[in-house]
Amino acid sequence: MSQPYRIPGRGLINRDRSVSFTFDGREIPGYEGDTIASALLANGEIMVGRSFKYHRPRGIVGAGGDDPAAMVQIGSDPASTDPNVMVTTREIHAGLEARSQNCWPSLKHDVGVLNDVFMRFFPAGFYYKTFMGSDRFRWLNWMTFEPFIRRAAGLGKSPTKPDPDSYESVNRHCDVLVIGAGPAGLAAAANAARSGARVILVEETDRLGGSLNATDPDGTTIGGKAPADWIADQTAKLAEHPEVTVLTQTTAFGYYAMNFVGLIERVKDHLPEHRRDRRQPRQRVWRVRAKQVVLATGAIERPLVFNENDRPGIMLAGAVRTFLNRYGVLAGKRVLIFTNNDSAWQTAFDIRAAGGEVAGIVDLRRELNEAMALRALKAGIAVYPRTAIVGTHGRHRIDSAFVSSLDDNGNVRGSRSRIECDLIAVSGGWNPNVALFAQSRGKLKWDEELASFRPGLSWQQERSAGACNGTLELQEVLAEGSKAGLEAARAADFTVRAIRQPEVRTDAVETLNLVPVWQVPSGLPREKTKAFVDLQDDVKASDLQLATEEGYDSVEHTKRYTTQGMGTDQGKISNVNAFGIMAEARGITVPEVGTTTFRQPYRPVTIGALGGQHVGAHFMPRRGTPMHAWHLEQKAIFEPVGDWLRARAYPKPGESFHDAVQREAKAARTTAGILDATTLGKIDIRGKDARTFLNRVYTNAWSKLAPGRCRYGLMLGEDGMVSDDGVTACIADDHFHMTTTTGGAASVLQKLEDYLQTEWPDLDVWLTTVTEQWAVAAVCGPKAEEIVASVVEGIDLDPEEFPFMTWQDGTVGGIPVRVFRVSFTGETSYEINIPATYGRWLWEELIAAGKPHGLTPYGTEAMHLLRAEKGFIIVGQETDGTVTPGDLRMDWAVAKKKGDFIGKRSLSRSDTVRDDRKQLVGLLTVDGDHVPMEGAQIIGTPEEPAPPVPMLGHVTSAYFSPNLGRSIAMAMVKRGGQRMGETVWIARLGDKPVPAKIVHYDFLGDAVGEAA
Amino acid sequence: MFVIDCPNCGARDQSEFTYAGEAHIARPTDSENMTDAEWAEFVFMRTNTKGLFAERWWHATGCRKFFNMLRNTATDEIHAVYRIGEKPPKVTADLPATPAGEASIGSGNDAVKIMTRDEEAAS
Repeated sequence: MSQPYRIPGRGLINRDRSVSFTFDGREIPGYEGDTIASALLANGEIMVGRSFKYHRPRGIVGAGGDDPAAMVQIGSDPASTDPNVMVTTREIHAGLEARSQNCWPSLKHDVGVLNDVFMRFFPAGFYYKTFMGSDRFRWLNWMTFEPFIRRAAGLGKSPTKPDPDSYESVNRHCDVLVIGAGPAGLAAAANAARSGARVILVEETDRLGGSLNATDPDGTTIGGKAPADWIADQTAKLAEHPEVTVLTQTTAFGYYAMNFVGLIERVKDHLPEHRRDRRQPRQRVWRVRAKQVVLATGAIERPLVFNENDRPGIMLAGAVRTFLNRYGVLAGKRVLIFTNNDSAWQTAFDIRAAGGEVAGIVDLRRELNEAMALRALKAGIAVYPRTAIVGTHGRHRIDSAFVSSLDDNGNVRGSRSRIECDLIAVSGGWNPNVALFAQSRGKLKWDEELASFRPGLSWQQERSAGACNGTLELQEVLAEGSKAGLEAARAADFTVRAIRQPEVRTDAVETLNLVPVWQVPSGLPREKTKAFVDLQDDVKASDLQLATEEGYDSVEHTKRYTTQGMGTDQGKISNVNAFGIMAEARGITVPEVGTTTFRQPYRPVTIGALGGQHVGAHFMPRRGTPMHAWHLEQKAIFEPVGDWLRARAYPKPGESFHDAVQREAKAARTTAGILDATTLGKIDIRGKDARTFLNRVYTNAWSKLAPGRCRYGLMLGEDGMVSDDGVTACIADDHFHMTTTTGGAASVLQKLEDYLQTEWPDLDVWLTTVTEQWAVAAVCGPKAEEIVASVVEGIDLDPEEFPFMTWQDGTVGGIPVRVFRVSFTGETSYEINIPATYGRWLWEELIAAGKPHGLTPYGTEAMHLLRAEKGFIIVGQETDGTVTPGDLRMDWAVAKKKGDFIGKRSLSRSDTVRDDRKQLVGLLTVDGDHVPMEGAQIIGTPEEPAPPVPMLGHVTSAYFSPNLGRSIAMAMVKRGGQRMGETVWIARLGDKPVPAKIVHYDFLGDAVGEAA
Repeated sequence: MFVIDCPNCGARDQSEFTYAGEAHIARPTDSENMTDAEWAEFVFMRTNTKGLFAERWWHATGCRKFFNMLRNTATDEIHAVYRIGEKPPKVTADLPATPAGEASIGSGNDAVKIMTRDEEAAS
């Protein structure tokens, strides 16, 4: 039979269903319910990968989410391959393809192992000292080495193609969230559920029961039932409550403020291809807001830190029990136990009960529990008290251990003797899994009996129950879980009465009697001892000690210097050992050393899952105008502006973008152009104080703007800098229609609301955003009047009757429109506003009417070009938050005589009245065919001087103007207003500066003629 | 992510709100008579409080109203929300002892990760 390590009759796997997968191309048989780890172990495979730094062989150490280093790459598809998957947490299925990582050319013959040979030269801080601090390498810098170091280290390989899977996130509110479905969690959930509260129970693995699944099924009863039956009972009871949700394959990865907890559910990862429902996402993030939380996250066993403790075949004692009782696999043929506490003895008893061989129990303690020792004697197990493992042997799997007895001071005494074994089950004690508690910002408490941290003071609405609270006896665990469930339900305002607890009978070892030993003596000098603390990052006890000697006395700094706990496992089994070693090195207690910070996520979370549905087109939803579909039909090129997608140009078949822009801009000045201007922000302002309000928010005066008239306004921040501009129309004395920049619509509304609500609540003014209510088509050019006249009824377009900067009501086909005679091009222009649902209809009416006149749709690029020809600014292009109206030489827009307005006082600040400020000017390059680069720096000499180069300013806009037949540019130049006619030079990267003449920025005015 | 109790709409998720800076900074009405330094104090200078802080929030996707909040910036505990124009209510807050100190619990910072002996004795 294959699977020679499988124990008949043991485990919760389904032996009726064989499942096989491949590991490094070899077919590995297993059963439904196996993880990759348990199936590998069943076949005698314990080595899985190589370590991060030294490429040392790494085997399976834990049985679940605690394992530090046994990770594989799943799949080989460049789009869906999944790196760094823990073999202990991934269930097998047909078609699963796993590969070892961080080794080349193969797992057992790895070139990177040379790092291991040179391990003595790679102590803590090696890279910093050698490549950043050393004189020898000062001539090279860190950046030279970094890529090589990165290549040598590293774990699995990231996918290189776009992720083909879908993910989703869902929001849930619940009364009681129970995290962990071991005995405590099940008891808590069952008791909370009886109250009628909405309960969510979360379990990381594929089945409920937690540690009960790892106990000898014949050794324990709960209320007279076998553990599996009790679990089934609880599960059935939970299913009776409609308000209860049970999530397996789900990890609570983050505990955030105000009981906000992130869960990651692996929906399909564990399923074979044919069972994956296409309608379901690969993974799902649950964003849970819980009134109360019960933490029942169990405890994580910690190993002992001893010489050569990192070889494959050295496993946590609890993991050995889990593989045996949950998966029916005894991971070794001859198992040596090494411990400083009682709990590991249970592993020996379970192995004997399953018919396995125990090579002995090596216990660091002198005083042993008498009853337990007697039980070992009866089982025929050799016991070595006051003894240590001082070394191990075996390349890809251990074959023996060396033990020495210890003297009264805990030092190695006498010679080493060899014990043959192919598995060492090790236990250094149990650390309550306080990660989520600490994330919730609760305070930890040092527990002397556990020699570990456990929850102390709560900060949020949570309570810990069971092993995560430091409680290890099953009867107590159930009691604590029940109490936590009841209290949580009551705290969430539900009423529930306690019921009698089931009685637990067990012959399992439930005592600890732990004697902490942070580093097991080896009898060797420190530099010859390879006692690993962090198996993933290759941090040895000696690295931590060296760091302490070098002066690192903050636990957070030591972590970063040595990389302790910085791997994907975040030091789950190793951190407390590390703190203990640091404490010993400094001669202080562990709580005085403190802990590193438990950060979210508790376990790595796929970035795709966090992104959820917000990918591709849904990453940032784009708004389209009512005319958007028309632009699409014309195959327009689009650009994002604020949240909007706007047509940038409408190239004809075969026409380049540049040519299209030139054609469109030319048409707007020679015949007519039409622009979709819907995206402009629009705010409806009403109230008897509307005029006063406008006077205070804009720089210019609004007192005399009569109904029917429009005015351009500049808006500042209190710092005096231009923040927005736009045209506002007076509809009636108490009613105005304000337009803002497309990108500024939301922020302007917030700012106006802010002043209105907090500074001027006495004003009778009401603001409503009407951006989406109006669609706007702007028709401009010599033929605009004719075209608009043929479409709009009820308005006499004669400029005498309808002058510039006024607006009028009219109709189009009976639909009311507001027409604004304003201009952003310098041409005669009509901005026709129509209720949004008629937007496309109006647009097509205008296009049809304009056809005989050569009406040309133009996009935002031509719009920018046209306004630059006329010298109109764009806020955010000419301005950058450091530009005053004076800097723009737009003092005409600032009313000197009216009262206060936002930013007014700042216009007389010492900084804003400096005479050497940059000012807006036009630039004409001497070579009219050369279009400068926007953002290019402006200097005062024909050659670029040696740095630091004195900069005069920069180009803000630059275009080739088809109407002027040459390039034009706008620029911010120091004292620009006084430099008219001067020549400056525009710097270019890797090329000669380009000369240009400073002119006024209204290029349609006299600027071009004067310069010629 | 906080839950914020909007004075108009009740408890809502933080994603509906926009932070709007320090509260109770009145815009001067006589700015013409202020020195540059005095004006700069209003425009540019804000306190950077570690501890109880009065700040403004805007319920951008709800009632669109601004309101005030008393929040302990060391712990993110929200002690009170109150309307614009109202005075901050008196609250009892667990405040950092000194500018460099910590609230006794809730910041997650090094100094308050582990219970003190006094706290252990009291519990």
